[in-house]
Amino acid sequence: MTALRVVGSGIRGFLRFWYAFIVGDDWTVAAAVVAGLLVTALLSLNGAPAWWVMPLVVIVAIGESLRRASHRR
Amino acid sequence: MGSLALTGAIPVLVTTFLASTVEAVEMVTIVVGVGAARGWRSTLVGVGAGFAVLLAVVAVLGVALSSIPIGPLRLLVGSLMLVFGLQWLRKGVRRVAAHGLAGLKFRQPEPPEFTGSGFDWLAFVLAFKGVVLEGLEIAFIAVSLGASTNRYDVAAIGAVAALVLVGGVGAAVHSLVRQVPRSLLQLGVGVLLTTFGTFWAVEGLGVDWPGGDAAILWLLALYLLTAVTFIALERRRAFGFDPAT
Repeated sequence: MTALRVVGSGIRGFLRFWYAFIVGDDWTVAAAVVAGLLVTALLSLNGAPAWWVMPLVVIVAIGESLRRASHRR
Repeated sequence: MGSLALTGAIPVLVTTFLASTVEAVEMVTIVVGVGAARGWRSTLVGVGAGFAVLLAVVAVLGVALSSIPIGPLRLLVGSLMLVFGLQWLRKGVRRVAAHGLAGLKFRQPEPPEFTGSGFDWLAFVLAFKGVVLEGLEIAFIAVSLGASTNRYDVAAIGAVAALVLVGGVGAAVHSLVRQVPRSLLQLGVGVLLTTFGTFWAVEGLGVDWPGGDAAILWLLALYLLTAVTFIALERRRAFGFDPAT
């Protein structure tokens, strides 16, 4: 029983760590990165230039996240 | 025959050394940044674990190393570095906007962000991933150049020499990096992780950057400019004054 509790707590800690690592305190930034990578992959598969997508996504995502955070203050 | 071998060895040595130096600079930049921002103990454990995994992979696979699909690995590590780098970039922008460059004049070292008694898994994972990905790329360079010239020994010497040299420079400058205020350090490491993360993730999807590896430099400049612009905007939003004043 104790062993099960230790394993359960370890798994919860592991999941919490990766949630904090990937999502942090604004899930929209991680979502924007995933969406940007999907668009990059789609453009690339169709033979279109795709390198510009992620720098643009980064700038827009960080700007939006900062704007929302300052409105919450 | 001896002179042919010599003329073959030197170009292999120089090419492996220079190509590996580029990758080693990326590795050491991440490690020094994470160590200075989060503390060194867990970061160095991450470096050690990264090299242990790297050595095991190289020992087991040997010259078959080049069969590892580097694209998906770059995509995975790059995406993780990018999402995490963006969190630090965002926090760094807000902190520098709020506190300015307080502490820079007096060069007082600030305590690292992680001061708990336990293990800092965040520093460990960031350092580990940086070492494994960049280390694998260095190993690929050595194996590819070694295979094309049948001089694995010389290629290995070039790769190890690059790692030792760049690692030595990193160790020498780390105490200087520790003097930088934490808010500014978080912003700087956020910009670096976002830069490398963007570069690797997009490369991992098989997309070529204009200018190849040199794209890292213009991405870095672009994100630095973005950070400075957002700091100015944040200060105007929060305090209603011009940051230049």
